[in-house]
Amino acid sequence: MAWGEFKDTAAERRLFQRRALVMLIFVIVLMSGLLVRMYQLQIVEHEIYTTLSDKNRVQVQSVPPPRGLVYDRNGILMAENRPVFSLTIVPERAGPIDETLARLAAIIDIEDEDLERFRKRLKEPRRPYQEIPLFYDLGEDDIAKMAVHRHEFPGVEVEAELVRYYPHSELTAHALGFVGRINREELQKIDPVNYAGTHYIGKSGIERFYEKVLHGRVGYQHVETNARGRILRVLERENPVPGEDIQLHLDLRLQKKAHELLEGRRGAIVAIEPATGGILALASVPGFDANKFVTGISVADYRGLSESIDKPLFNRALRGQYPPGSTIKPMMAVAALDSGVTTRERKIWDPGYYQLREGGRRYRDWKRSGHGWIDLKGSVAQSCDVYFYDVAVEMGVDTMHKYLSAFGFGEDATLDVAGALSGLLPSSDWKRAVRNEPWYPGDSVNMGIGQGFFLATPLQLATATALVANRGEWVEPRLLKDIRGDRSADEFLPKETHTPLTLKDNSDWEYVVDTMEEVMHGARGTARAAARGASYRMAGKTGTAQVFSLAQDEEYDAEEIRERLRDHALFVGFAPADNPQIAVAVIVENGGGGSSVAAPVGRGLFDAWLEEFPAAEAADMLGQSDHEGSTH
Amino acid sequence: MAMGNKLLGSQVNAGLGRTRSIWSILHIDPILLALLLALVGGGLFVLYSGADRNIEVVKAQGIRLAVAFVVMFVFAQLDPAVFRRWSPWLYILGLAGLVAVLLVGVGAKGAQRWLALPGLPRFQPSEFMKLVVPMMAAWYLSRYYLPPTFGRVMAGLIIVLLPMFLIVQQPDLGTSLLVGMAGIFVVFFAGMSWKLIVAFFGVVSVSAPLMWFFVMRDYQKQRVLTLLDPQSDPLGAGWNIIQSKTAIGSGGMDGKGWLQGTQSHLEFLPESHTDFIVAVLAEEFGFVGMLLLLTLYFLIILRCLYIAVTAQDSFGRLLAGALTMTFFIYVFVNIGMVSGLLPVVGVPLPLISYGGTSGVTLMSAFGVLMSIHTHRRMITA
Repeated sequence: MAWGEFKDTAAERRLFQRRALVMLIFVIVLMSGLLVRMYQLQIVEHEIYTTLSDKNRVQVQSVPPPRGLVYDRNGILMAENRPVFSLTIVPERAGPIDETLARLAAIIDIEDEDLERFRKRLKEPRRPYQEIPLFYDLGEDDIAKMAVHRHEFPGVEVEAELVRYYPHSELTAHALGFVGRINREELQKIDPVNYAGTHYIGKSGIERFYEKVLHGRVGYQHVETNARGRILRVLERENPVPGEDIQLHLDLRLQKKAHELLEGRRGAIVAIEPATGGILALASVPGFDANKFVTGISVADYRGLSESIDKPLFNRALRGQYPPGSTIKPMMAVAALDSGVTTRERKIWDPGYYQLREGGRRYRDWKRSGHGWIDLKGSVAQSCDVYFYDVAVEMGVDTMHKYLSAFGFGEDATLDVAGALSGLLPSSDWKRAVRNEPWYPGDSVNMGIGQGFFLATPLQLATATALVANRGEWVEPRLLKDIRGDRSADEFLPKETHTPLTLKDNSDWEYVVDTMEEVMHGARGTARAAARGASYRMAGKTGTAQVFSLAQDEEYDAEEIRERLRDHALFVGFAPADNPQIAVAVIVENGGGGSSVAAPVGRGLFDAWLEEFPAAEAADMLGQSDHEGSTH
Repeated sequence: MAMGNKLLGSQVNAGLGRTRSIWSILHIDPILLALLLALVGGGLFVLYSGADRNIEVVKAQGIRLAVAFVVMFVFAQLDPAVFRRWSPWLYILGLAGLVAVLLVGVGAKGAQRWLALPGLPRFQPSEFMKLVVPMMAAWYLSRYYLPPTFGRVMAGLIIVLLPMFLIVQQPDLGTSLLVGMAGIFVVFFAGMSWKLIVAFFGVVSVSAPLMWFFVMRDYQKQRVLTLLDPQSDPLGAGWNIIQSKTAIGSGGMDGKGWLQGTQSHLEFLPESHTDFIVAVLAEEFGFVGMLLLLTLYFLIILRCLYIAVTAQDSFGRLLAGALTMTFFIYVFVNIGMVSGLLPVVGVPLPLISYGGTSGVTLMSAFGVLMSIHTHRRMITA
């Protein structure tokens, strides 16, 4: 044999059989081990792993509610939601962030500014695995590019979200306010559950005041995701409750008109419907495009807006505190009559100046030569200062304070206008507290014609004017007109707190309205030029407020200084006088004279509200019926 | 001689009929073939699911398996004597290949495992050694009477350890252990004394800590550590184990249904069509499916052990037994690793996992088994 040794083949065979038997047992034992292991995992611990498996794949996600829309009184959309595709990154999934950004930059254009903002947000506290937006408003090209390269970028997603859009933003920015990304402080205040999927919150104006109404309630969906968090299937969904759509008293046409009338100037217009308190127009010019703020304004844009000397971001209508000047005279007239310091018949001699005592300081009338013998009506119509110097001193600061408070000065009397300032209605207490000085009679003199310490916002002036138009009936100014859906606006409006201003002789109201009509229609009325040719009677009062000072370090060229040192032109009024539909306050900064500049603006608003718009509506209706007639 | 062969063939197949059966002519064992086809066929279904319904993967695997069956068929035609004669030369060739790999090999991920010779397809000499090492050991030990003397056992172990050492240098610990295992089974079947076996295990258990500190690389240590406590690194090294156990456990008694496994289809389970494919099967077909799979493997092993026991000479017995046990070790290590009993060592599930050379190696081993079973000669008792 080849192997050269004696071999006992039978013994070798038996030996092998024994060894094979050992191996067979070995195999059976280990196989049983595997089977036991499977039994343990699949039968005994099945529940545990089923839970793990479900937890793996099923995730609860919040579904942000669509934000309520905002309409004007005629149903024109002023704030809507636009789908925007943004590029977001979940840093936990994306891996090395610098490398990811560099690779992304090779595919789509990313501005340095976006990167800067992204890095800033990266450092801010946030929920783990929450995505951070890198780039908003992706174009179709970029979306396609990202779709092709998607697999190369774990954690990078193109997300569609609804973003607030203001179609008439330049007109409405100050009236509506705007939404923006939720910041750190807001994050502490909001309900984290309800805002789980929401990225935006009302920052100012209506958007802020009605945040709760507009936001809605968050929804949920159970989604099946893969290991990389990509949603594959929605298993179960509880729909979000969309925010309520709201309608404002605001009239976009009047808002537009207001902007046209102030075109090229700086100023503010507030128009109120006296019967309802509804704010018809709330314009601060120049305006700005609030859409830029929604997704985050660029530093350069923001600097451009904030450093402009025209201060477009400044809401003059709510926060501009001006000396009201002569526009305060109708309210002063009410105070003087009701407090008994004067009567309708009383006349005074106006030599062109007023003196507290013989030989003392002369407080000048705007008319150097004086108005001669003049009564209250004439004093309002011709804006005689001396008459009001006199009654102011007679009343004293505390009486004036009492009456002017009742007109809503010195407080924010609005129901739902976020951010309205309260101006400054001085009193002797105030002066002692703030200036540590007693109230001097000279202070009363200045206050009588709306100068001195006295400051009011255009919104306050409009409110007080509406109170005159309502003959003392208080209707607080408000923006919210209606909530779309079943609920009434009253549910959401704060309580009204003011009591009617009842006079001892209520016919004094009619008298004061008469004096204001005289301003517009009287032979010597200061605004008679502005009222010429009107088909309706209006009541008004002009005003001119002195601009006191400029900050010393502000540098303007000579032309600029001259322009910006000019007086502010003011006008308040309502129309028609006997059945007021609209009350307005107009301020044109550095406009010069109230009669020549502000009063025609008021007239323009009256005409638009009382004649142009109704005529246009009628023409529309006619056009519609014509159209219907021809088709049938 | 030819006459005797024929006669014996018909004796073996006596139950089937008097004339030599078609299987005998083809040198195919029909029972083993049927079991293998059942395994492979079922495997392709699982693979379709594991590869997330990618039919291309299934097609590629089908072609690869077809090639492997052809290789099996070719090997089955060769007389076992041919393997025996060629064993030393193949062994030397294999060692040369392993040395060449270390010198000029190519590879990826810090390991050189492939040899790319001009004019030849790329291949892994270590894969080749899985077959050749037990052949060589069987050749050497069956030359002498059995059980072998102590000296011959040692010589046999050196035959095994030499290629193991070379493969570890690549480094490829997993393959090295499998190759070693195949050789050691030969020594065991040859009749290595139990005393020696006990001593051997003693040496292994002493050397294990030494291995840990002096031989094992960090990634290998990591695998062992992760096995002991997968939760310690749930998103890194422990991820695979946690996800595969979750897949298996959530399958329950009868599974989630074919193509319904969420763990694998939602990409939680890594390597779902290669090393971890058994988790897909367990998830979708449950305990019942696993029972079926293990039964199939057990029947194959049983048949192969029968072939080994009935082989005519020592060489055939030793080789057949060792190849059978190597096959079993594959099955056990893979399922053990996927179910979290053993460390993750990168062993595919035989004939089901998607992938390269292992299918061909396995099927050539089955070819050798069939050759041993179907080539019979007259023996002078």
